[in-house]
Amino acid sequence: MPNVFRDIWAYRFFIVSSIKTEFRSRFARSSLGGVWMVLHPLAQVAIYALVLSAVLAAKLPGIDNQYAYAIYLMAGTLGWSLFAEVFGRSLGVFVDNGNLLKKMAFPKIALPLIVTGSALVNNLLLFGAVLVVFGILGHMPTLMLLWLPVLIAVTLALALGLGLALGIINVFMRDIGQIVPIILQFWFWLTPVVYVSSIIPEKYHHLIMLNPMSGIVMGYQNILVYGKSPDLHTLVYPVIIAAVALSLALFMYFRANEEMADAL
Amino acid sequence: MSLPVLEVTNIGKAYRNYGSELWRILSWFGLRFKPIHETWTLQNISFSIAAGEAIGVVGQNGAGKSTLLKIITGTLKPSTGSVTVRGKIAAILELGMGFHPDLTGRQNAYHSAGLMGYTSTQIDAVIDQIEAFAEVGEYFDQPMRTYSSGMQMRVAFATVTAYRPEILIVDEAMSVGDAYFQHKSFDRIRQFQTAGTTLLLVSHDRSAIQAICDRAILLEQGRILKDGEPEEVMDFYNALIADKENNKVEQIKLDNGKVQTISGTGEAKVEDIGLYNDKGEKVEFVGVGDPVELRVRIKVYQDIPELVLGFMIKDRLGQSVFGLTSKDYGIQHTKLISGEILNFVFKYDANFGVGSYSIATALALGNTHIEGNLEWKDLALVFNTVNIIKNQFVGSNWIEIEAHSGRYND
Repeated sequence: MPNVFRDIWAYRFFIVSSIKTEFRSRFARSSLGGVWMVLHPLAQVAIYALVLSAVLAAKLPGIDNQYAYAIYLMAGTLGWSLFAEVFGRSLGVFVDNGNLLKKMAFPKIALPLIVTGSALVNNLLLFGAVLVVFGILGHMPTLMLLWLPVLIAVTLALALGLGLALGIINVFMRDIGQIVPIILQFWFWLTPVVYVSSIIPEKYHHLIMLNPMSGIVMGYQNILVYGKSPDLHTLVYPVIIAAVALSLALFMYFRANEEMADAL
Repeated sequence: MSLPVLEVTNIGKAYRNYGSELWRILSWFGLRFKPIHETWTLQNISFSIAAGEAIGVVGQNGAGKSTLLKIITGTLKPSTGSVTVRGKIAAILELGMGFHPDLTGRQNAYHSAGLMGYTSTQIDAVIDQIEAFAEVGEYFDQPMRTYSSGMQMRVAFATVTAYRPEILIVDEAMSVGDAYFQHKSFDRIRQFQTAGTTLLLVSHDRSAIQAICDRAILLEQGRILKDGEPEEVMDFYNALIADKENNKVEQIKLDNGKVQTISGTGEAKVEDIGLYNDKGEKVEFVGVGDPVELRVRIKVYQDIPELVLGFMIKDRLGQSVFGLTSKDYGIQHTKLISGEILNFVFKYDANFGVGSYSIATALALGNTHIEGNLEWKDLALVFNTVNIIKNQFVGSNWIEIEAHSGRYND
């Protein structure tokens, strides 16, 4: 077990340099460079806001701003996109780097960490952009922002745990890489990002809460939309799931580490 | 005697097929399923290498060379046995792995040294040296996509060899860049070796192995077939790849301690071979530039459609100096009948440098010994060249030169 952490420490420079490389290459040849990373999720928000604001025209309870829905969407999107990016990319990270893994001896765990690191930087850029848009829309965030790192940590742990576990299985059963993106789309709609959980009938409410991302995304919305602290009650469950997923993933990593290069 | 830098103990590598991958995944969780099929690509491999030794690894495609190297470098784990490495390994297997086209040469050097496990301060210390060695000039700070492939190789090689490893693995793709850089990279490998680095060279190139290595290991179907003197192992390997059917390979220890390899199907054999001077006397010592005759007598043991005789003169390291076949000189013998005797005479001037030479003979059905190897005989004849009347010279060849020089006042 301490081996993994020693490996990660020894390869810290490589991990950081790979994250930098990813960003450098994005900036290298497109004139807008990093702006694209932020534009994609914001465009998505704009589309949902345009299409759905008519449906969900009623003001959100507890907030007086005509752009309330757009603000709500952005808060949820910020949390969800971090989860989806880390999860989605960890899934394929071993398969995509198969050639490198077969030729060079280095700790494989570095690869999902690179993905996590670059997704985190992406997400922070998006966060900055969201704050700017909030300012333009006249919505001032509160000091409750200080809670955000906690939510980010839980999101990363959950996404990395699931992504690493399924990413390892994906090496041996490539169907996983095809199925998961579909599941991820369903999952998005089962998470109250686009809609407000209160529109779900009360008797199905507990089903929504079975989804660990619900608690997390609602935490984002509490902080960014309502200026409240996240409901720690709803966070206990995601934290447990994240811890279980992460331990399972590490366990599988130890077991599968030696066999992975054989199957790539 | 210090501990060996590399110890490979009884390693084997099996690729397991579980039928369904689900069983494999469940097996991580303690449920034991028997794989329905195991393919062993390596078995019972054991050897150890001392510091500063140079070992050649040879074998046909699929013999298990790459698997063995991957196990030594650590990208693959052996199914049985263990590998002990004392020190750092660097591998020139796939130069330029992990290079990114949008990064500059400098950034890529940092990045790929990071992939080898070095930290940025460690790389800072050698980056100037990498730049100087690669000699790509201003391109070092240009994106790598603007590089020619040779330039990429230069940066890659300079980076991989920026630190002297205890073990350096060099794959056959040692043709790094142009001739100039090849010499340069070769010099660096030599320097490492003198400084105590162990070399592991994988190649099909006989002369490279014999020139660099003091030992060679021949792999065949995942096992070590031979481990010994490069010349002996390479002769054996050569015999092995020739016509696999009915092929017998035999190695005889000669009086001078060398090992003679004879292989082939045996329909015809060299009965006698000798080197004769212009007086018709059989000689073992030849003066530089003297006219000599190589006489070969062959006996046919079974009817064969055609026979071609080839011979190769090699220096004491086993490097080829000169070779030809009878067919090259328009000599054709067809429809040979059992019991026939053939005589061949080759006249030439012994324009070799001073030293010991050997001649290998090959009898084949066609122009290469791959098309039906009747008999291949290494070290069929050994002779020495001595300098009696020619001027003092160095090198492996004698060349007649007319020298002139003038001296004037302006």
